[in-house]
Formats: sequence, C-alpha cells, structure tokens
Amino acid sequence: MNLVVNPVEPFLRTDRMPHIWCPGCGIGTTVNCFTRALIESKVDLDSLALVSGIGCTGRVAGYMKLDSFHTTHGRAIPFATGLKLANPKLNVVVYSGDGDLSAIGGNHLIHAARRNIDLKVICVNNLIYAMTGGQTAPTTPGRAVTSTSPYGTCEPAFNLPHLVEAAGAIYVARWTTFHVRQLARSISEAFQKKGFSFIEVISPCPTLYQRRNKLGDGLDTMKYYKEKSKVRHGAPTGDVGLTMTGEIIVGKFVDRDRPDYQTLLRAQLHESLGERYVDGTEAVCG
Amino acid sequence: MKADPRGVLTGTHFIDGDHACCEGALAAGARFAAGYPITPSTEIVERFASRVPLVGGIFIQMEDELAASITLQGAVWGGAKAFTVTSGPGFSLMMEHIGYAAMTETPCVFVDVQRGGPSTGLPTLPAQADMMQARWGSHGDYEIIALCPNSPQECFDLTIKAFNFAEEFRVPVMFMMDEVVGHMTEKVVIPEASEIEVVPRKHTRKSFEDYLPYGTNGDLVPEMAHAGEGYKFHVTGLTHDERGYPNMTPQTQDVLVRRLQNKVRDSSDRIAMYEEEGVEDADIVVVSYGITSRVAQRAIDIANARGLKVGKFRMITVWPFPETRIREIAARIKAFVVPELNLGQMVREVERSAAGLARTHLVPHAGGSVHRPEDILKVIVEAGQ
Repeated sequence: MNLVVNPVEPFLRTDRMPHIWCPGCGIGTTVNCFTRALIESKVDLDSLALVSGIGCTGRVAGYMKLDSFHTTHGRAIPFATGLKLANPKLNVVVYSGDGDLSAIGGNHLIHAARRNIDLKVICVNNLIYAMTGGQTAPTTPGRAVTSTSPYGTCEPAFNLPHLVEAAGAIYVARWTTFHVRQLARSISEAFQKKGFSFIEVISPCPTLYQRRNKLGDGLDTMKYYKEKSKVRHGAPTGDVGLTMTGEIIVGKFVDRDRPDYQTLLRAQLHESLGERYVDGTEAVCG
Repeated sequence: MKADPRGVLTGTHFIDGDHACCEGALAAGARFAAGYPITPSTEIVERFASRVPLVGGIFIQMEDELAASITLQGAVWGGAKAFTVTSGPGFSLMMEHIGYAAMTETPCVFVDVQRGGPSTGLPTLPAQADMMQARWGSHGDYEIIALCPNSPQECFDLTIKAFNFAEEFRVPVMFMMDEVVGHMTEKVVIPEASEIEVVPRKHTRKSFEDYLPYGTNGDLVPEMAHAGEGYKFHVTGLTHDERGYPNMTPQTQDVLVRRLQNKVRDSSDRIAMYEEEGVEDADIVVVSYGITSRVAQRAIDIANARGLKVGKFRMITVWPFPETRIREIAARIKAFVVPELNLGQMVREVERSAAGLARTHLVPHAGGSVHRPEDILKVIVEAGQ
C-alpha cells in the first residue's frame, strides 16, 4: 500500500502535533499557504529562518521544521533585524499576529519598513488579541465587542497596508484565508523581493471575535470573505481600511523597489571609507 | 583561542572608560552592536560605530532600547558576538530581554554605565544604584554574571572577560560601569592580540540528527548552533525541553530553571574575581566595587596610617556574589564597612554572607558625586570601636 503524504508535512514538526489552534481558526490555513509558497518558490530551507512574536500566530515558529525563533511580545521584527544583519545569506520571515506586530511591536514595524530591512513579514490579522481571551487590538474594527470593550470599541483601527506603505514597505498585499492560492502566490512574490515586504492575512477567530460579535462560525466567516472581498490590485492603501461587516479590499497594493538597508549601509561606508572599509558580511560571524 | 588582531588596537592610549570598553568589545571579537543613545554610555557605541566598519562588523542604532536589546540577540543566533550599551532608564527597558537571553541561553553582553536614579534622575552624574536590578530585574528565577570595573584599563580588560564569561556559560553578562569610570580618562594599555585570550562560541559538532539544542552535558551548558547551518532548531522563551520544544509542565520547568541557575551557581567560586589587601590581619574590611573602591582606598590608607588594621576587599565580580570568601573573612574580623553609591544594595549581600560572624556598616550615598574619603573613614573608625 502506498501512503500518501501531505506535501506540507515535511515542513512541519509533526512531533509537536496536535497544534493549539481552535477549530475554524485561520492560522493553520496560512501555514499551509506559506508552505506551498516555499515549495513553489524553491527557497533553500537550510537558509530560511522564521521569527515569531507572542500570540496565537506567534506559535507558528514552533510548528515549522526550520530554524525558528519564538521571541518576546512585539519584538519579532528587531530580533529578525539582528539575525538578517549578522547573516545576510539568510532569508528571514517574520510570522506574527496583528496585536504583536502593530500594537506592542508597532514602533519596530514602522522603523523596519523605513530602513527597508530585507524581511518578509506575514501578519495574520484576526482583529483581536486571541491568545489572551479576545481583547481589543489596534486593528479591531468598527464597534466590535471584545472582552475589554464589552459595550463595543470606540477607537479607530489601524489600516495596516496604509501604515506600512507610508513607512516605506516595498511590497504590500492583503488577502483573507479564503484566498489560499493568491496568498501563496503573494508569499512567493515576496521571496523575489529584496526589502521590507508585508502581507496581511485577514483571518477568523471564531472562538473569540466572530462568536462575541454574532458573526457566525468559521464557515460563515469564509462565506463572508468570499462574498465581500474585492480584488483591487494597486488600490490606494488609504482606501482599504476594514469595517466590521463591509467589503474587504484585497490584492497587491504596493510593489516597488528601493535599496534595502544593507545595500545602503555598504554603499555609504564604501563612499566614506573607500579602501579602509571592511565589508562585515563574513567578519560579523567570525 | 587568541584574539583576532583586526579588532585589537595594540598600544598605549589615553582614553576614557567608555572608549576603553568599546576597544575591549572589539578585542573580544564583538562585531555587532545595537544601541540607543543615552548619557553617559553613548560614547561606547559612538566609538564602535566609527571603528567597526574598519574591522568588519555592524553597528545599528535602533528605535529604542527594547529593540536594541533583542536585535543583538538575533545577531548572536546569526553567528555574531554582540552587545548593547545603556544607562538606567534604558537598562530598565531592557529587562525583559535579559530574561529572554537567560532563558534561551544567548551569550551576550549588556553594558550599563550607571547614573543617578530613579527615573531620569541624574543623567550626567554617577551612581551605583542598578546593582540589584542587574541581578533581579527580569521576572522569574535566573542567574547572570555581573562585573564592575574601577578604571578605564579595567573597562578594557574586563569587557573581554565579560564576553568570555558570556560564551563559556551562555548567559547575558552585565557590565556595570558608572558615570565616573565611563568618563574618566587614564592610561589604557592594549596588548598584542596574541596575548589576549578569547573564549570561542560553544558550537556543536554533532550531526543534524544527534543535535539537541538544549541537551545537557557534564558542565550544564548546552552546545549552540546558528541559524542557516541546517540544524533547523527551535528557540523559545517558553519553558522548553532538551529539543527546545515548549513543554509547560512543572517537571520541565524544574529541570530547566535549576540548570539555568546551577550552571552559574556551581561555578561561582571560579567566576569570582576580587582584589584583596591587608585582609589577613585586619579588624575591619572595607568591601567596595567600581569607582567607590578608589575613594575607599584613600580612607583605608588614612586609617592604616593612624594605626587601625583595615583591609580592602574589592569586588570585580559582583554577581554571583563572592559569598564564600566574604564568609571566610567574616569569621576573622570585627566588621565590614561597605561604601556604595546607593542607599544600600550590595551591603545586603555582605550582611547575608557574613551570617552574623561580623558586623556590617553601610556608608550610603544617594549618588551625583562620589563619597568623600572622610565619610568612609568616619564609619571605619566607628566600626572599630
């Protein structure tokens, strides 16, 4: 009898299964897409490092059979920055959630985009803090009910594509967990870019967000994503803010080129120091 | 192994403690620093930013100390020797990442050029009031190593030692300077690279299949791998087993946290560095560290000239605290006198280690300047009565 192996399985630490994610959660779907992008783009797995922060999405690093770092809350991007600068041969992916990347880690997000550090950031946006029980996040839209805003939120939410574009990201896309092929393709594209790439994935949290806001279960959310998503490549990111039940603009919003941090650093030091400059790439690591 | 000559500025220099610390880091092989400007530590990274492109390395100025203190750890896992530099307010912000380094066993150095606190305090003036924070500042049980230089020469010599301890024990090492030592200019002799001993990373030679990232061995310090080598290992701040996998049980917690503690604690006598003078036949021993030891020297000299029997015990390693030696001394003397630029921090350790065998007298100072020798002398005289 021939056993059929799921093509994703070799990329996972199967000895760590079952995972902690709830039924209907979208994070597993994004991992599937990520893995398919790795297969498609033929990235060398030995030189691929995965860095996560804290939260439900922060657990992705622990499930992938890669050099993987589960760091502190909000600090995946600065950790990844050090990793990438010390060893520029690495392909460094940051895989984390909206609360981790845009609230506690918001400062690092904009500065890494400004510097154009060569990182691929996958931000799974479930619109709340899920790991800690469904509290309000900077991404919580409209007047959604959360465990810390039981009467509805009143804060305006971050529009993450707009934020990172303004800060300098060279590649910005958004998909939902309904758009599995498009998401995998975007991740593959990001691997072809040199610089700060940001892919937002709108993802359900049926346990804490959809349930509390009477938005149905995981399947209802997929129907919502299917019916209300509009693909608009190149849409002005200022127009792609999310609402609770309105349309979701998805697509590739930004795809541009500018020199990444290390290219700028080398050029600057070459210009200023000439022959005296010792390119640090190898010496950094002794 | 010997130091890489590219980083060693052999010669006799007239530089301050901050600059000497930078040269020590370069001599130790540090080729990566992440920092955020803060008085009175900034000169260390200013010099590093100017020097490191000439020897092959990177300085990056981060957006805050939270970032700096974890960026350096990313660099370590990428293969670099790395450090950061700060002072009180920044040191407070770095605490979570000192815990992360302790938990993930990331060898690295945190330099704290101490200034008066709490809060913004006295940005340009000295204190030694972060001594307990260096030991206990991050949550949970862990051990670190902390060294305390009292001259620019020691800022050079002991920075190398700090990196060596970090690599040997895979711990974050705190380098506890103060504003006066940082800004004091003196002669600093930097030897030939061939005379500088540098501890290399404890890198694994195991096969991918056999490698356990947190597997214990005889000396409690696991072997390390770097990202990009093919080991495909996992690192987490969660309680983890030998594979590095999260395992949140009291049993795994017990094994891990005890090992993190014991790898330093079991070697504390070997890590302990101190300087003694006249301790053998003393009635009183002055215990001091950092800049305060130089003021204390004056008080000790005057007291001895007046016929008192006063010895000197200068701590170079402050954490782990040299308790074995303090207890031995306590059994033979009347009293310890402990001057420090705070209202009583290391004195608690002296008192605890003395265990009632000798009295302990604090000479407190809230910071902003150094002690006057006569203030220390006064307490020495009182302690002798």
